[in-house]
Amino acid sequence: MNAPQPPLVSPAVYAPVAPSFLARVFDNRHFLGLLFMLPAAALLIVFLTYPLGLGVFLGFTDAKVGRPGEWIGIENYDFLVTDSVFRLAVWNTFLYTFIASVIKFALGLWLALLLNEHIPFKAFVRAIVLLPFIVPTVLSAIAFWWIYDAQFSVISWLLTKIGVIHTYINFLGEPNLARMSVIIANIWRGVPFVAICLLAGLQTISPSLYEAAAIDGANGFQKFWHVTLPMLSPIIAVVMTFSVLFTFTDFQLIWVLTRGGPINATHLMATLSFQRAIPGGALGEGAAIATAMIPFLLAAILFSYFGLQRRKWQQGAKD
Amino acid sequence: MTTRTRRDFLKTTAGIAAGAALGESLLPREAAAQQLSFKPEAGAKLRVLRWKRFVQGDEDQWMANTKKFTDVTGIEVRVDNENWEDIRPKAAVAANVGNGPDIILSTNDDSHQYPDQLLDVSDLCEYLGKKYGPWYSSAIAYGHSGNRWIAVPLGSGGNCMNYRESHVKAAGFKEFPKDTAGFLKLCQALKKNNTPPGFALGNATGDANAWCHWLLWAFGGKMVDENSKVAINSKETVAALEYAKELYPTFVPGTLSWLDANNNKAFLSSEISLTNNGISIYYAAKNSPDPKLKALAADMQHANFPIGPVGRPTESALFFTSVIFKYSKYPNAAKEYLRFMMEKEQYEAWQKAAIGFVAQPLTYYEANPIWTEDPKHTPFKFSCKNMLPNGYAGKLGTASAACMADFIVVNMVAEAATGSQSIPDAIKRAERRAKRYYS
Repeated sequence: MNAPQPPLVSPAVYAPVAPSFLARVFDNRHFLGLLFMLPAAALLIVFLTYPLGLGVFLGFTDAKVGRPGEWIGIENYDFLVTDSVFRLAVWNTFLYTFIASVIKFALGLWLALLLNEHIPFKAFVRAIVLLPFIVPTVLSAIAFWWIYDAQFSVISWLLTKIGVIHTYINFLGEPNLARMSVIIANIWRGVPFVAICLLAGLQTISPSLYEAAAIDGANGFQKFWHVTLPMLSPIIAVVMTFSVLFTFTDFQLIWVLTRGGPINATHLMATLSFQRAIPGGALGEGAAIATAMIPFLLAAILFSYFGLQRRKWQQGAKD
Repeated sequence: MTTRTRRDFLKTTAGIAAGAALGESLLPREAAAQQLSFKPEAGAKLRVLRWKRFVQGDEDQWMANTKKFTDVTGIEVRVDNENWEDIRPKAAVAANVGNGPDIILSTNDDSHQYPDQLLDVSDLCEYLGKKYGPWYSSAIAYGHSGNRWIAVPLGSGGNCMNYRESHVKAAGFKEFPKDTAGFLKLCQALKKNNTPPGFALGNATGDANAWCHWLLWAFGGKMVDENSKVAINSKETVAALEYAKELYPTFVPGTLSWLDANNNKAFLSSEISLTNNGISIYYAAKNSPDPKLKALAADMQHANFPIGPVGRPTESALFFTSVIFKYSKYPNAAKEYLRFMMEKEQYEAWQKAAIGFVAQPLTYYEANPIWTEDPKHTPFKFSCKNMLPNGYAGKLGTASAACMADFIVVNMVAEAATGSQSIPDAIKRAERRAKRYYS
């Protein structure tokens, strides 16, 4: 530790008594910066980078559960692009993410605008709205499982009682109906998150902007279009990025409701990846399916950061 | 590791020769007075991971037997219960990292996914086979790999036809049909009476796999041949799927979405009068305080799966095995524990508490009174005898497990039965997916 070090700066220029090596090192802002980042970096590397890297690596191997694999290059991906179940899962994932995200955004924004008005018991109502988001996904999924049950669905029961339908609706048994049903369950769960985040954004918009708009004679819609939406767009970008990411990688809801059935009509990439990797034992192939999600997720993030967050847009200008 | 240590432990008597001479006879073999015991390591402690009960009695008695073991040997045993479908990944991780529970009670072909990680239990299995055996061939398929035993078969969670006696009678059948032709007629008659059958066609790991594999095998179809070459594309498979196509319209609507619990719910609420399941529906109905369910239990009955054109039983059911990992620090204590649990005093009590939920892998236990004290238990008695292992007629291993987990047969039957794919297309899709794993 105390071994003599060659001075970094000529002593003649610097100081008569050179500070110790440690003192100098700890005075160095670059070193300190690195040191302070180390704990965070270690956490990220151990818990994020390493698993992600391992996952990507496994995707290039034929690893099986309980047995390390060998490097097989892109053979997994070669197979997957020709695999009808995988292609269906990709299509399902996009459909699921797109429809659910658009509706979650529309409903969430609407709800946020409503909650931003002066209503009685404001705080209480806002707390209630968060409920679907607070309930553990598995629990709400089980509730939906009953709601959609082929024999015991409360919706079917109600509709037959009032005479609208005569046979129970096959919510999870018919491919398109099943897709719709799981999307609705996802929306129910995701709307509060979007709404509450957007509400927070709404409350940061200065009232003076609305006053100015009012003086200029703007009507309600114009205020929304020219003041609210541009001011809200950074928040929208962040919220929708998260929302898309959550939806794209959804797993629990599908796993409880359908396990990807009927005939794989609701398999998402995440559920298929799990099914093949863990119960199926094909770790390599499962990892490849999971890795195949990364480009889409990256694209979603890049779109929101470079698109929605553009300053020009936020100021209400066109390109 | 093929060194046999049996001779080190087996304290044989002349009874062995007598026992062996009895061959297939069902005479109580314990008369042979064989004894085997493993000397537990000093200070041994065991961790056991097992599937969570399907019926309460199973878990209670397993724990009681475990306590008995601790009382006798002084070895502390910790037993963790987890959902049976979560055991597979956990066991795989344990095998991968070489650390975890000493013993895992697992299902189906799990043990064949990492045979090299498992302790050779040949001495124990050969001893049990001599004393209580022989083992049924399905048990050997699940427990034996290469030239050694890698798992101690515990039995099968039998899968039988569950039906309402009064409804089947009303449909004009004095007894449950024994062949597939009669079975189809029964289903059609039940449907006509508005008391339809219902069989899971969703991704139901247990029930859907059980009946779809039975169907395929009953007509002589199979995923792979004896050399593990994919052989699903055959006229036998076509025949099975044509049958499925006739059968499906008789089902209650919604079976395409059914997971493992749906048929239990539907049967218990009288929405369906026929389905395939373990004994758990009966157990739930019989032990329910609700008089309606008690009446249902009195009216329900079990039957073995009908026999198809192949002319022999082709049942499929969940199979339970127990494995000891090589990393265990107390292999002898672990073997002693499993030996203890498989001995008559413990095993019969366990079967009794679970009213036969676990059907024995060893012929001797056919004599357990549990099979006859309630005639409704009897059809489950021969589960291990009537069943074919996963991945029939090929070898068990990663490919058979992967095909089962990917629902290849279930999807094929569902696609063909509902007409979402033509029969040849459904078969081709299944063939392609299977070839991926069996290449």
